[in-house]
Amino acid sequence: MIAIVDYRAGNLASVLRAVRRLGHEATITDDPDVLRGADRVILPGVGAAGETMRNLVALGLDAVIRETFLAGKPFLGICIGVQVIFERSEENDSVCLGLLPGVVRRFPGAPGLKVPQIGWNSVEFARMHPVFAGIPDRAEFYFVNSYYPVPADQECIYGFTEYGVRFASVVARRGLVATQFHLEKSGQVGLRMLDNFCRWDGRMAC
Amino acid sequence: MLTKRIIPCLDVRAGKVTKGVRFRGNVDVGDPVEFARLYYEEGADEIIFYDITASNERRDIMIDVVRRVAETIFIPFSVGGGLRTLEDMRRVLLAGAEKVSIDSGAVRNPNLIRDGATAFGSQCIVLSMQVRRVEPRPDIPSGYEIYLDGAREATGIDAIDWAKRGEELGAGELCVNSIDRDGTREGYDIHLTRAIADAVGIPVIASGGGGCARHIAEVCTEGKADAAIVASIVHSRETTIPRLKAELAELGVPVRMRW
Repeated sequence: MIAIVDYRAGNLASVLRAVRRLGHEATITDDPDVLRGADRVILPGVGAAGETMRNLVALGLDAVIRETFLAGKPFLGICIGVQVIFERSEENDSVCLGLLPGVVRRFPGAPGLKVPQIGWNSVEFARMHPVFAGIPDRAEFYFVNSYYPVPADQECIYGFTEYGVRFASVVARRGLVATQFHLEKSGQVGLRMLDNFCRWDGRMAC
Repeated sequence: MLTKRIIPCLDVRAGKVTKGVRFRGNVDVGDPVEFARLYYEEGADEIIFYDITASNERRDIMIDVVRRVAETIFIPFSVGGGLRTLEDMRRVLLAGAEKVSIDSGAVRNPNLIRDGATAFGSQCIVLSMQVRRVEPRPDIPSGYEIYLDGAREATGIDAIDWAKRGEELGAGELCVNSIDRDGTREGYDIHLTRAIADAVGIPVIASGGGGCARHIAEVCTEGKADAAIVASIVHSRETTIPRLKAELAELGVPVRMRW
């Protein structure tokens, strides 16, 4: 069973719809025991880093997410879910979960560069990952973001995207994989990657 | 590189696509879900539904349409038409739309933009504006005036001012519809689109007048648009989204070609 973390964000239902459409059993939950018992966990959502962290802590979910990561269980972060896994975010100057070393920065405003980035942008694979199976290099995915991850450790970067800066749009370590783009809104390519995650055993061998 | 978005727009009345749109082998089929599926499979980057249902009871039909579309397509889609309150927006978003498009309701009550952005996030709020070219005058220095309710009622509001105000209030994107070009297929209003894109820092969607790939290319380069709405040219099947995208790629416009 796949558990989608309910921390009162929008967009949880679209992830649930996509996962179910792919034929996987899933539920939206804020119950730590259900999360502990799940085969895999998804942390999706749209929102601000500060509010997301406040809700995760208030609901007692930050500890379960840490456990999930340390246990090496397959764990997918989407959009805000890739941002809160780092140590800090410039958004509301928030302390985040710190699962991976690094920070989250705001896109530099530049002429012709709209913030937020909204639309389809390509992802260049930095190294192979089991969830990339069947996905062409430089395929486009749907992004909506004003902030982007800056991992301190280059080893955890699996995909890059260009938007004024070249940023890490896919990061992974052990059972954790996280994307800045919305897999659930990225058409067939996104669904394929989501399906790959839902079938992944959490091992890094390709 | 961020690609330019091609967005088909469908008018829906009481749960059916209007305008005698033709579909698959020239058979009239009015189901919005079937159109959504077709455009999704053909590589549309996003879809906009505009609910032109008049009466309130029938709005429940639209919510059902939104729910069924959300089960069918896995790209962003927005819903507009007659959204006047936060509750109206909430129902559409909970039913599965990615964004809401607010228009006359926001002109009458600009706080709707701010309240919507606060409640759901700016990325959900598309401010749609109906713009007509007029003689420049003190209250309309740009010569572009905002109109209400299907282009019937003038407001005395300058379109450039309204665009900036919308951004300040928290709109995440602007959809700029030229009343003068709507339905003409003579091309988008490049000057209008560019004037608005230059005035704001959020994405601008051009609407009204798209007749061919060259028009889209023009509005996405000279007009500085981030996205373009297409309607009759694809609904009539005179062209298709894959064909438009292939032509745009030839013209050097970055578009998503794999889906």
